[in-house]
Amino acid sequence: MAKTALDESRDPLAIAEEWLDGGRKVAIATVIETWGSASRPVGSHLVIDSEGNFHGSVSGGCVEGTVISEAIDVIDAGKPKMLEFGVADETAWRVGLSCGGRIKVYVERLG
Amino acid sequence: MDPQSLKTLNAERRARRAAILLTDLASGASRVIREGETVSGDLGAEVAKAFRTGLSGTVEAGGVSYFLNVSVPRPRLVVIGAVHISQALAPMAKVAGFDMEIIDPRTAFATEVRFPDVPLHADWPETVLKDRPLDGYTALAAVTHDPKIDDFALKSALEAGCFYVGALGSRKTHASRVKRLQDAGMSDSEIARIHAPIGLDIGASSPAEIAVAVLAQVIQALRSRGLSKADAGRAA
Repeated sequence: MAKTALDESRDPLAIAEEWLDGGRKVAIATVIETWGSASRPVGSHLVIDSEGNFHGSVSGGCVEGTVISEAIDVIDAGKPKMLEFGVADETAWRVGLSCGGRIKVYVERLG
Repeated sequence: MDPQSLKTLNAERRARRAAILLTDLASGASRVIREGETVSGDLGAEVAKAFRTGLSGTVEAGGVSYFLNVSVPRPRLVVIGAVHISQALAPMAKVAGFDMEIIDPRTAFATEVRFPDVPLHADWPETVLKDRPLDGYTALAAVTHDPKIDDFALKSALEAGCFYVGALGSRKTHASRVKRLQDAGMSDSEIARIHAPIGLDIGASSPAEIAVAVLAQVIQALRSRGLSKADAGRAA
C-alpha cells in the first residue's frame, strides 16, 4: 500500500471506506458535543458494520456497546439518529458513562 | 453520509490537505469543503474559523444547525541546520504538537549524539526534500547561516506554499539573501513571506530563547492562516 498521511489500518474513516468498497453496510458515529470530562474529543469516530464489527471510539469504552446496537438499527432504517449520554440520564448511567461527562453522538448510515 | 463524500474527504486527508465535512444535522445531508473553497455568509465565517483553529463543533447559520468536522493535517516543522537552536527547538516543537525533523549535510553537526530524539537527515536539502516534499502544513526554518544549505530549502518552501518560512540572520544577511533569491527568479511578494530576522521579537538572546521565539512565530502563522497581518495577532 502506498504511504499516505493516514494510518490506514487504524483510521476509522479509512476503514469505513475499505468496508464500503468491500460491499459491507456501514454506519458512522461521530462525537458532536461534549460537556465535562468526556474522554474523546468532538469529531471522533466509531465506524460500525451491520455485523457489529467496529473500529475507533466515541468514549473511553463506556457507551460503545449502545452506539453499536443503535448503529445497526440505523443501517437498517437509513435515518440518522442523535444519541445523548450523560450522568444525568438514567439510561446513560445504565450504559455506564460514569466518568461524569456528557456526550452527544450522531449516528448515520454510509450511503 | 454519501459514499462519495467519504472518498473525497479521505483523499484530501491522504494528501495532507485540510477539509471540513459539513453536516446539516436536521436533514442529515453532508458535503466536503476543501480549504480555500469559498463559502458565503455566516457559515463562511464559521468555516474559515474552523480551518484556522482546527476545532470541530456545531454552529448555527441561517436558522440551520450544522456540524463542522475539521480534518487538519498534523503540522510538520522542517529545520535546516543541526545547530544549537535546533537542539533546544526539537523537544519544544514535539510538546507543541509538531512533527519536527532536521536536515543538515554537515555530518559534524548532524549527529545522533547531539540529536537523540528527532528525525535527522545528514544530507543536502536538495536530496532530502525530493523524497519528503514540503507542503502547506509544513513550516520551514533555515538556521545554518550558510547560503549553500539554506537558499535551496527557502526557495522550495516558498514554492510549496509552506505556512511558515523563516530564516536566521541579521537584516544585512537577509538583504543579501533577498538579492540572491531575486537573482534566482523569485518574486518580491514570494520573498516577502520569509520571516527574517527569524522569530517573534521577544528580545531572545540564548539559543533556547531564540527557539521559543521561532516556535511562537510558527504557531502564530499556523493559527492565522488566511487572516490579514493586522488580524493575525488577535487570531487566538
